[in-house]
Amino acid sequence: MDGNYILYKFILASAILLISLLVAMYSTLFERKLAGFFQDRLGPNRAGIFGIFQPLADGLKLFFKEEFMPGSADKFLYILGPSLTMMIALLTSAVIPWGNSIIINGVEYSLQVADINVGVLYVFAILSIGVYGIMIGGWASNNKYALIGAVRAASQMISYELAMSMAIISIVMMSGTLSLSEIVNQQHGFHWNIWYQPLGFLLFLVCAFAECNRSPFDLPECETELIGGYHTEYSSMKLGFYLFAEYINMFISSAMIATLYFGGYNFPFMDDLGLSHNAITMIGTIVFFIKISFFGFVFMWVRWTLPRFRYDQLMRLGWKTLLPLALVNIVITGFVIMLKNHS
Amino acid sequence: MVFSRYLFFILSFVAIYAALKVLISKSPMHSVLYLTLAFFAIAGHYILLNAQFLAVVHIIVYAGAIMVLFIYTVMLLNLNIQGEFPKSKFANIASTIAGGLLLLTLIAIFKSYDLKVIANPALNQIGLVKSLGKVLFEDYFLPFELSSVLFLAAMVGAVMLGKKDIY
Amino acid sequence: MSSANQHIVSLTGRSKVASNKKMTFMERIYLPAIMKGFGITFSHLFKKKATIQYPEVTRPIAEIYRGKHVLKRDDEGRERCTACGLCALACPAEAITMIAAERKPDEMHLYREEKYASVYEINMLRCIFCGLCEEACPKEAIFLTNEIVPSDYERSSFIYGKVILVEPIDKRVDISKRQTPAVLNFKKDKNQSHNI
Repeated sequence: MDGNYILYKFILASAILLISLLVAMYSTLFERKLAGFFQDRLGPNRAGIFGIFQPLADGLKLFFKEEFMPGSADKFLYILGPSLTMMIALLTSAVIPWGNSIIINGVEYSLQVADINVGVLYVFAILSIGVYGIMIGGWASNNKYALIGAVRAASQMISYELAMSMAIISIVMMSGTLSLSEIVNQQHGFHWNIWYQPLGFLLFLVCAFAECNRSPFDLPECETELIGGYHTEYSSMKLGFYLFAEYINMFISSAMIATLYFGGYNFPFMDDLGLSHNAITMIGTIVFFIKISFFGFVFMWVRWTLPRFRYDQLMRLGWKTLLPLALVNIVITGFVIMLKNHS
Repeated sequence: MVFSRYLFFILSFVAIYAALKVLISKSPMHSVLYLTLAFFAIAGHYILLNAQFLAVVHIIVYAGAIMVLFIYTVMLLNLNIQGEFPKSKFANIASTIAGGLLLLTLIAIFKSYDLKVIANPALNQIGLVKSLGKVLFEDYFLPFELSSVLFLAAMVGAVMLGKKDIY
Repeated sequence: MSSANQHIVSLTGRSKVASNKKMTFMERIYLPAIMKGFGITFSHLFKKKATIQYPEVTRPIAEIYRGKHVLKRDDEGRERCTACGLCALACPAEAITMIAAERKPDEMHLYREEKYASVYEINMLRCIFCGLCEEACPKEAIFLTNEIVPSDYERSSFIYGKVILVEPIDKRVDISKRQTPAVLNFKKDKNQSHNI
């Protein structure tokens, strides 16, 4: 625990925090642009070239909006809601391996803030407490739409969390570890988990959409029925936090999908290039971000393609389709592992 | 190790304060949220004991699932102060006696238990995934499987109760 | 398909008979249909965009577009309107109002007729730009132009008075595209009830 080590961790953590915020900021623009393109429009293009200053303009607007609080709201919890959502959204990035290690002067610096040996479970813990911000905010607003949104969010999150963890158990069984960095290292080169777990990937993807409250599972905030759901009563930067947290969640979910199923920072023929360890690491990190961007694109693509689920359909899909499929996937995986160990 | 000792005191303070607040708070919603905070503080204690697996599972199960269902119920019950019914004197006395007896039992257990001070928690390996799995699936295999059967029975019972038309 | 549906004749040939047949397994997992949907949205990424960059580029509009009104002057620069009120009567939205006044001898060069409109107002928020005022006018005084009524912040600023409506004497508005001989002939036709 020397000063050097603390400094390196501090720099790494700040960099990841900044990158997460920056990516979330620009994914709002990306989403609006894509929405425009999917609908044969151009999207925002007035603030700077291609509208690159649009996120700044949006943020500025949110800052200068009137800060409104309903008279009958629970003051403390009303403020706690969005703050908690934002904080929890940023927590997960700590365990994601953003790249392999960089060797400077013979000392190895890993590009992962915390390599804890229960990384997968940590991600689940954060996911499962992610619903608190929405529930507290929705309840504290003292508004029936917000309350219904919060109730929907809670039951949706719990239902899909189950199927999601079942889908990941197959990965854990295959790799025999809960550490994310080890899971990534086992997918070295082109041995990505997607080739062995296509069904698990599909289940995880669907559940990731539900956990992020993204379309087609955006029932907690569906505009047509609930006027915005849990954030009906929020305005100014508190609303901004809720909206922003959604984009951070999307970024983190994309990173998780890439880490668990698409080899993280690994890319094909990484050993045949004959480059130094540091160069491979840099390329790997860039590849990782390309993968994340692709899944971010998929998130948006789905939003502008599929219509929203009805609530009973959502529950039926989660409990009667995804959960049994995940269990079947676990049984198949276990069977294959058993056969492999015996031969 | 001084740092982790300070952390222990801070976490203990938070845990006890939150637990007291659960009882004192007027609003049921606040009570539930303070209970969640207490669970987080206890998860912190697990981490100090180098039991990362237990800490994370504690958060997933208690904070992530059970407390969410608690909040869910409280949110829908609309328990405000006007709707609170007055408790009878008998109920007050009975609950005080029951609580006091529980406290006595707990103190008795602690007195009979040989409390050891763990010299270096970092060397304590039982809370890690690998060692915990070994213990569970080798030494305590039968109880572990039996408890899972118990859960299954509870689940089936809940489904049967929830079904409207049984024929 | 039951035989009961057979004799229903589809006039367009595009109607489909709804059926509640049981879905096959491939249809029930929805994935092929979802993939097809993704294909459709993806193809839209490369389609030509329908957006027009408005202030710089404007949509081409017809020469006889019905936009902001103009009160015409005659060749000598005198106002044509005689404040007969037919336009106000014809207006289905009741957007037009006016106050008539008598022409003084020293105003001969200003107004063509003996009676003129001292106040002539059109409420542009009520106006539906139907052009009936133009059709009703016996003096060929009011016309709609292809100019668009601009937006504003206050309701009161949408009540256009004579200052805005009467064409400037040095900047005459060309309405020859709207006032073709055919239109003039039609207006003279006494068999049309509204021209009597």
